[in-house]
Amino acid sequence: MPYASFCLVCRGTACESSKADTLYDEIKQHVAANGLNDQVQVLRTGCFGFCEQGPIVKVLPDEAFYVQVVPEDAEELVHEHLLKGRPVERLIYREPGVHALGNIDQISFYQKQFRVALRNCGFIDPENIEEYIAREGYVALERVLFEMSADDVIKELEISGLRGRGGGGFPTWKKWKFTKDAQSDQKYIVLNADEGDPGAYMDRSMLEGDPHSMIESMAIAGYTVGADTGYVYVRAEYPLAIKRLRTAIAQAEEYGLLGDNILGSGFSFRIEIRLGAGAFVCGEETALLLSIQGERGMPVQRPPYPAVKGLWGKPTVINNVETMANIPVIIMRGGAWFAKIGTETSKGTKVFALTGNVRNSGLIEVPMGIKLREIVYNIGGGIPGDKKFKAVQSGGPSGGMISYENLDTEIDYETLTALGSMMGSGGLIVMDEDNSMVDVARFYLDFTVDESCGKCVPCRVGGRQILHLLEKISKGEGTMEDIQRIEEIGKTMKETSLCGLGKTAPNPALSALRYFRDEFHEKIPAEVREDAV
Amino acid sequence: MAVAVENRAELSQGLADFIEQWRGKPGNLIMVLHKTQEEYGYVPEPVAREVARRLRVPDAQVFGVLTFYNYFNLEPPGKHRIAVCMGTACYLKGAGSILEDLSDHLNVAVNAVTEDMQFSLQAVRCIGCCGLAPAVLMNDEVVGKLSIEKMRETLEPYKDGDGGSGDAAAS
Repeated sequence: MPYASFCLVCRGTACESSKADTLYDEIKQHVAANGLNDQVQVLRTGCFGFCEQGPIVKVLPDEAFYVQVVPEDAEELVHEHLLKGRPVERLIYREPGVHALGNIDQISFYQKQFRVALRNCGFIDPENIEEYIAREGYVALERVLFEMSADDVIKELEISGLRGRGGGGFPTWKKWKFTKDAQSDQKYIVLNADEGDPGAYMDRSMLEGDPHSMIESMAIAGYTVGADTGYVYVRAEYPLAIKRLRTAIAQAEEYGLLGDNILGSGFSFRIEIRLGAGAFVCGEETALLLSIQGERGMPVQRPPYPAVKGLWGKPTVINNVETMANIPVIIMRGGAWFAKIGTETSKGTKVFALTGNVRNSGLIEVPMGIKLREIVYNIGGGIPGDKKFKAVQSGGPSGGMISYENLDTEIDYETLTALGSMMGSGGLIVMDEDNSMVDVARFYLDFTVDESCGKCVPCRVGGRQILHLLEKISKGEGTMEDIQRIEEIGKTMKETSLCGLGKTAPNPALSALRYFRDEFHEKIPAEVREDAV
Repeated sequence: MAVAVENRAELSQGLADFIEQWRGKPGNLIMVLHKTQEEYGYVPEPVAREVARRLRVPDAQVFGVLTFYNYFNLEPPGKHRIAVCMGTACYLKGAGSILEDLSDHLNVAVNAVTEDMQFSLQAVRCIGCCGLAPAVLMNDEVVGKLSIEKMRETLEPYKDGDGGSGDAAAS
């Protein structure tokens, strides 16, 4: 007999840490105690995104959106709503004009969102392969194996316009084509799940909420380029993501969707997990590959690119988690459908972790081309405590500040770069009038100096010098020349560093100087400042 | 070349088995070191040397990897681990002052262990719970939306009943 109601409990890390695990157990227990086991299915799902209000419980089909639910609420929730059909008013999410019962899509946090990569997060139990399959899971793999050639897949990706979501924005179809065209007895697929940007947790939520989509996409990539082995390189700091990936791999193997002769197609593919160990630089692809090889993750000169000469010298496709999450959708709905979303140069959607001094922090997915203002004020609900907005930081330690004047920019890869920031992996950190831009720049440089691998001089020495100058200015001991020197060193680092870490490390300082130069000037003692003028 | 061979340790059964299982797999070193830390809570030097011997790689390679990656600890941790997230969102919301207060309150330097070995205090990279900023990992459990006061309350149940570090900080 089909269930009459579904009770979805968010089990992302954020909610989990607020006792969502106990809450889930309590709800299950009360459902059983009230004899509702046949009528109500209680599900553990991935992240709903609205972390600010967690733990969240959704009851379907009534579309009741319960927020900040604690284990003690379980009894009332089950007894009143699931048994007697009377929604528990005090727990239902409210905002001006919205009472979230039967109209979840009206919640302002969700209104401007469009979920492609996050399509399954918060809808399925990530530890149950059947739920993934029920939502068209592994159908894309089947279609690719039986109906499409490798060139068809690459063509579809080219039409879609999908670009790498890890930050660089390199066209995905090109990466795959380079590896496909490379001649070699062995090729590899690598999933870059070493999410190291401070203030970002997009990958974590996707791995935790929809691990099977990673496996499906890696297998599709393997078929396309001719690889039989894939590696997931995931942060050791994400234990829940690792656990769910392991479960997903075992289930896929059991169902014949991974391993030898997948679905009788003759194509074989296996996936292994390798753990990162807390080195930000390992997000850089050559460093990441060395780390999988069990070595110190220090970047090497490119070219040759990993697509041609990668893991153990073999052609290797490396894609980021969010990039991979889009693949099955592109196969199922077609590249042309995907290309309708977004801007001229940047197709599809982008997942952001919206955090900092904003009312509704959480995980969001929006079409490329959305205005920052819509993200901060419509989805994010603006700045708490009647403070004034100062800046949004995008791109983490590689990105930069975006000021109020640029809030109406339609964001895509190109526009953000033009503003002196970058798309990056998806951290969006909102800062208010109380945040000092000198201090924020110092914070990021402190991070990159600590994470520099030390191999090349511009990054190792240059970063340290900029940090030193920022500290000097912070303490009120700086001079006008120091500001100039930061810009000179920054320019040199951008032009001469070996890898992306060093090339982008000065960005936070340079963009802070570009938009908030006055704040730096104010920190410089008046007598020195006047001398220079 | 003469190389010191003393200072090698017997390995725990779990680790020895793991090494056997991973022997011959390319790139196994980091996975073996993860297992080592899981078994011992940190990577003791003599164990690291024995790992090197069993995997037939130079000690220098093992220690090169151990010191490159932040995740590996070469010193024993305290009984309870307090890891204060210093990701951007947490930093903006006052993680720095929480860390400072903990350091004063427990009378321990950042990234060190209290004298009685009860608490390790660490400043760590983003733990990916930005929606809960500022957040702290208390023995692998995330505690979010903290203030200095709430952090001190969180700490209480972990302290030993018979006197201890709390009094020391007050004096």
